[in-house]
Amino acid sequence: MDPKDGSSTKPAWAEEFSVYAAEDAYVQRRQFTKFLVMTSFGMAAGNAWIWMKAITAEERSAWPEAVVGRASEIAPGTVRFFSYPEPHDPCILVHRTNGEFAAFSQKCTHLSCAVYYAPARDRLECPCHEGYFSPANGRVLQGPPPRPLPQVRLERRGDDLVATGMLQSETA
Amino acid sequence: MKAISNPARRRRRVAIDAAMVMIILVLMVQMWLLTATLESYLAGHHGVALPALFSSAALFGVCAFLYRLVLRIDRMPDSFHGAPGAPAAGPWRVDRR
Repeated sequence: MDPKDGSSTKPAWAEEFSVYAAEDAYVQRRQFTKFLVMTSFGMAAGNAWIWMKAITAEERSAWPEAVVGRASEIAPGTVRFFSYPEPHDPCILVHRTNGEFAAFSQKCTHLSCAVYYAPARDRLECPCHEGYFSPANGRVLQGPPPRPLPQVRLERRGDDLVATGMLQSETA
Repeated sequence: MKAISNPARRRRRVAIDAAMVMIILVLMVQMWLLTATLESYLAGHHGVALPALFSSAALFGVCAFLYRLVLRIDRMPDSFHGAPGAPAAGPWRVDRR
């Protein structure tokens, strides 16, 4: 190396594969540091991806309306499964033991396991990690789920139960 | 490994280790930031995404700066600090005329 400007006169391979242990330690540390900086870039890229998703997320102003069941066909303490708003969005319609109807996304907010209704305890339960949700508003009663279950807005038109939209999870 | 007897090399190694530890700390903060941002996004709070992006980019800038420092320290010749009239150990360039 030239001591005046720090530039090297050695070929690159000779610097990277030194026969001296001390110099090799420098190379290892430098390579590890490079890996850490690449990881840091990955983290920043992840944040950029979330931001892109946030700005491109379409604000749904109009939700589809769909008849998801008939009140007379669902006995108290039982459920009916349906998809809303898209065919790949599984939901659960609950006829609670107190007579009320409520509908929620069936995906647990922890790790997306399917929740089911336990009529004896009047709560929605996730069997994977024992997360429990209130069937009144979807809020978390117990367990690891970090957010309430997204709730489907229901309207009763005669005997028909009509889904008219999704409520935001933080207000559910 | 055998201890480094050359004082200049020992100083370089300490400086590189210090930079590496700082990068690891910054990286841990970035990991937490990414997790928290994702969690907030999934909860419907889209407003936090942009400030989190700025913060993460700034932290990446710190990491890149420290890596540049490591490169400069690594490329400094051993004789540089030992030379008569040489400045104290550090990655900064000093014009000696």
